Amino acid sequence: MTIYDEDELPIIALENVSKSYASETKALQDVSLRILKGEFVFIVGSSGSGKSTLIKLMLKEVEPTIGKVYVNGKELTRLRRGQVPAFRRTLGIVFQDFRLLKDRTVFENVAFAQQVIGAGKHEILKKVPDILATVGLIEKAEAYPKELSGGEQQRVALARALVNRPSILLADEPTGNLDPKNSWEIMSLLEEINRNGTTVVIVTHNREIVDRMKKRVVTMKKGIVVSDEKKGGYSYEKN
Amino acid sequence: MKRISLLWYSIVQGLKNFNRNRMFSWASIGTITACLFLFGIFYFVISNLQYMIKNAETSVGVTVFFDEGISQEAIDEIGNQIKAREEVKEVNFISAEQAWENYKETVFEGQEELLDTFNEDNPLKESASYEVFLKNIEKQDQFVKYVEGLAGVRQVNNSELTVRGLISFNSLVAYISAAIIIILVAVAVFLIHTSVTMGISTRKDEIKIMRLVGASDFLVKAPFIVEGLIVGLIGAVIPLLILFAVYEKIISYIAQKSGDLGSFLTFLPVKEVFASLTPVSMAIGVGIGFIGSYITVRRHLKV
Repeated sequence: MTIYDEDELPIIALENVSKSYASETKALQDVSLRILKGEFVFIVGSSGSGKSTLIKLMLKEVEPTIGKVYVNGKELTRLRRGQVPAFRRTLGIVFQDFRLLKDRTVFENVAFAQQVIGAGKHEILKKVPDILATVGLIEKAEAYPKELSGGEQQRVALARALVNRPSILLADEPTGNLDPKNSWEIMSLLEEINRNGTTVVIVTHNREIVDRMKKRVVTMKKGIVVSDEKKGGYSYEKN
Repeated sequence: MKRISLLWYSIVQGLKNFNRNRMFSWASIGTITACLFLFGIFYFVISNLQYMIKNAETSVGVTVFFDEGISQEAIDEIGNQIKAREEVKEVNFISAEQAWENYKETVFEGQEELLDTFNEDNPLKESASYEVFLKNIEKQDQFVKYVEGLAGVRQVNNSELTVRGLISFNSLVAYISAAIIIILVAVAVFLIHTSVTMGISTRKDEIKIMRLVGASDFLVKAPFIVEGLIVGLIGAVIPLLILFAVYEKIISYIAQKSGDLGSFLTFLPVKEVFASLTPVSMAIGVGIGFIGSYITVRRHLKV
């Protein structure tokens, strides 16, 4: 199943991971997966295939029932509660529903990620405009989320995820609420971010994007990795 | 720098929380104010009563009279035995002559001609006594019993009733105030709990995002604790200001209305009362705020 040299050190690795929830449904069954530094990976599968659980495990939002999860050189089951915040600062996270703070401007939403890790005013005033320029929203810095289109809101979320310069960007259905045009804009941005060295992992349903981008595609079905292709597409037969 | 930024962030967010939940915040402040206002009133009563008892301890003594015809040696021996007691602060011997002189001074003042009928006789010739002052008036009972048991002692006079009345009134006030304050503290903690719980539920998304971008546990919780502390602080300052404004008016009113008792009613000066009431009230107010919010964040913000 592994498509890379075993000697290469992965930035994310799952070793024989199974995850069961209280309802006894098995979200993941004996999953092993290695993602290398700088990769761009799609994780695809229908609802209930276990792809969201995979992201939650990487974030240490849930613990594996069996197996080990390594992210950024850390075995997450061994990470103590107090070490979780520092670990999460090495990741950037983007969701389908953007999760922006409605009572704050674009600038404040992005600055928020910096404030909560204790960045000073000077640093915030330098980094936030930089990242807003990268995502093409510098003109809208003072706008509130409700004044933005879905695509723009997702770009704000992306800016917030990237402002602390994470080594990994995890995106859970980032184009789920967007029209095709905005979806492509977001994907181009993610590709650019990846070119700059950030490892990008995207959970998605969007067949068109997956098929056209020709990136690595990990396909999940009923908690099992059914295929892992280096330049894959969204496999119709398997889903 | 980082720590200052985080602390500043927590304070600003705490103030925002306070403002967002202002209805509950002010309800909590109102309860703490009521609680500490009552506490202040009881504190006035108790501290002033204690002050009066202390005064009574220095001015109210126990008088020990001897059997008729007792020798001076026996009187000295009784004196030594009294002095040896641990609770005794001061012992003064009042001879029969001195007792008569004192009596004449207080009773026959301005009517000295009436004294001629006594000639040179001393009607109080058996009234030599020891005037004993105790260190702690609560030990008076025990002391009186001891002295009454001594050979050669005829009678022991004391101000037991006054003192005992004061002490038991003081305890009663202390119990009632403790009960009322405990109830009010519970209400205040509950209100802060409700206020902070609402704050947490309205900021659920923000907390979730904070956790995902790597905010520390401290930073997630601190704004809510700050909110509780602000509520507690304001709730402590308001009653202190009110009490400060009315204290002197209250004591002058009581002194005015107390008539003959006035000489017994000595009050603590305002500075002295507030020197101890201020830190105690602040500690209680801030403590209530801290406990109320701490319990809530512990319950609702588990990682």
